[in-house]
Amino acid sequence: MKRVTLKESAYNVKTGKILVAKMLTAQEKYFKIALAGGESLDHEPGQFVMVAVPGVGEAPISVSSSPTIRGYFELVVRDAGKLTHVLHQLEAGDTVGIRGPFGVGFPTQILEGNDLVFVAGGLGIVPLRSLINFVIDNRRDFGKVSILLGCKTPQDMLFGDEVDQWEKRLDVNFNCTVDKADPDWKGNVGLITSLIPGVTLDIERTFAIVVGPPIMYKFVIAELLKKNIPERQIYLSLERHMKCGVGKCGHCQIGDVYCCQDGPVFSYDKIKNNIEAL
Amino acid sequence: MTQYVILNKTDLDEFISRLAQIKKTVAPVKRGVKNYAFEEVTSGKNVAVKYIPTILPPKKYFLPQTETLQQYDKSKKTWNAVMEFQEMIIFGVHTCDLAGIQCLNMAFSDKPKDINYLARKNRILIIGLECNDYCDEYASCKVMDNHMPNGGYDLFFTELDDFFMVHINTLEGEDLIEKTGLFKEAKEEHKKALKAMREEKRKRFKDEVNVTHNQLKPLFDKSFEAPVWQSLEARCVSCGNCTNVCPTCYCFDIEDEIDLNLTTGVRKRRWDSCQNEPFAQVAGGENFREARGERQRHRYLRKFKYPVDKYSRYFCTGCGRCSRTCMAKINLKETINELAQGAK
Ligand SMILES: Cc1cc2nc3c(=O)[nH]c(=O)nc-3n(C[C@H](O)[C@H](O)[C@H](O)COP(=O)(O)OP(=O)(O)OC[C@H]3O[C@@H](n4cnc5c(N)ncnc54)[C@H](O)[C@@H]3O)c2cc1C
Ligand code: SF4
Ligand code: SF4
Ligand code: FES
Repeated sequence: MKRVTLKESAYNVKTGKILVAKMLTAQEKYFKIALAGGESLDHEPGQFVMVAVPGVGEAPISVSSSPTIRGYFELVVRDAGKLTHVLHQLEAGDTVGIRGPFGVGFPTQILEGNDLVFVAGGLGIVPLRSLINFVIDNRRDFGKVSILLGCKTPQDMLFGDEVDQWEKRLDVNFNCTVDKADPDWKGNVGLITSLIPGVTLDIERTFAIVVGPPIMYKFVIAELLKKNIPERQIYLSLERHMKCGVGKCGHCQIGDVYCCQDGPVFSYDKIKNNIEAL
Repeated sequence: MTQYVILNKTDLDEFISRLAQIKKTVAPVKRGVKNYAFEEVTSGKNVAVKYIPTILPPKKYFLPQTETLQQYDKSKKTWNAVMEFQEMIIFGVHTCDLAGIQCLNMAFSDKPKDINYLARKNRILIIGLECNDYCDEYASCKVMDNHMPNGGYDLFFTELDDFFMVHINTLEGEDLIEKTGLFKEAKEEHKKALKAMREEKRKRFKDEVNVTHNQLKPLFDKSFEAPVWQSLEARCVSCGNCTNVCPTCYCFDIEDEIDLNLTTGVRKRRWDSCQNEPFAQVAGGENFREARGERQRHRYLRKFKYPVDKYSRYFCTGCGRCSRTCMAKINLKETINELAQGAK
């Protein structure tokens, strides 16, 4: 067997240098990463990268920062297993391997000029943040913006400072709920679905963008449909097991579509009849 | 270029020996009762000209069971994408397996292209071999339209009386004919013999299931809720043998290996199976194909529905390997017939 170096390969890895690493919660760690040589990642909001640690493996991680930020990008990693656990040991100055960005992100061109309702459950805020910040950085190009946030307890809230800023903005309608409150919590208590009936929206021009754990989608979509939002104006980001990121390994297949290439962002009308989707 | 040449049967041994001197040559070799495998040969002595589909299809050369994709060096913080290949000639590939290679070519040249696969495949020469009659009762090559040669080879051999009729399909194939120097030009009588054999063959090969080629896709389009998946659910043990032996299954896993120096190592891909339980499981525990019946349905839909939508081509060649190998006796022809029965 002969072995030769490939210049062009889907498996080429770029070196990413960790500029900042800090714990956000007990389980989630934040990383600010720059590619070697000042190369820009050039991602779309909603895309993901494969993050690699040599000798350990690779995992798909959403880019959490908006592409309006140049020179670095941000990831948030939950300690969920082998690779993510090793990532949690890394600090500023360490390097990781980066492949990507991969997949189809949120359709920013379609969203432009329209009203947006963001619905984020749990870790869903991590990918959704790339779009929320993109919209805020280009605020005048979009209509009304509502952000609905849900998490288990107040301690699980990610990006608290940033969320406070969103809440304070006059051009953003913000609402937040936790499953279980503590004595200091002043917001809503209950599931994220309970926030949807309170939103007033113009169904002609409202797009709902929903990201959260698999179980959340059915219930949130049911609530949105009750408000008569057309199916094609609901966008979701789906999570699947991924190994290659380039539509070959088969792990991420959802019926006839590949989450890594055709997604992870899908409009609801495109996948509602896909029995493996929701 | 002459399209057809002939080789005397008595010269086959010498032909294989000469091939083996040009390049590494692999061919079907007997491996016990009703078992054959593609293996390296240096002469025609062990080559099985009549054989039922080998345990593993020639896929094992195109998409090896394990393959290095990257080399890394932790100390230098470098990553190197690599490809592995071996120049070789495969002799004796049946039409079903030629179709299997065509399916893999399609999947791996779909964008983004898989350079590792594509560059390797171009270094493998393929010599096809016709089945004049059925290999066994598991085959369904006729209904899949793969019982007759359909391209995908450099040379194609058909055994007739005391000679092989050989179709030259590529310049590389012609080069082998010249270099081995054992072939004679085919005459009218040889072409007639080929035609006569094919006519006989067309009569012998009949659709092996109760639906036609074109009815398969609509049948599977409506199969999501079919009871047959429940019956497979009860029998399948998720061993993954059916996908390993399938010429068109190409799912893989990616894994790191680290050398003893703990600094350098490689990232490899290896065959994986959608029949393994954790295949579609994500962090947090959710498994998107938890039930064996769902996984079996997925396997069938990846043969008879999804690739037809995407590439206008069935990804089942009709080789019968999955049915031959299954210890739970899950049989592809029976599954199709049960589906067809239920759809009535
Ligand atoms: C498009 C996408 C975006 C994601 N974004 C983020 C993010 O921003 N932050 C974050 O913390 N996590 C994210 N994830 C989840 C993250 O990829 C998994 O937590 C990670 O792959 C687990 O790998 P591990 O080696 O740590 O765990 P393992 O030890 O390998 O396994 C732990 C569990 O994770 C599952 N798993 C293993 N490999 C994968 C895989 N490649 N994809 C999905 N599940 C897997 C296993 O089946 C097992 O249930 C994302 C996943 C996808 C598909
Ligand atoms: S070979 Fe048979 S038992 Fe094994 S996974 Fe395939 S269908 Fe199931
Ligand atoms: S599904 Fe079975 S019969 Fe069809 S190509 Fe694969 S192994 Fe052969
Ligand atoms: S991650 Fe390999 S096909 Fe999508």
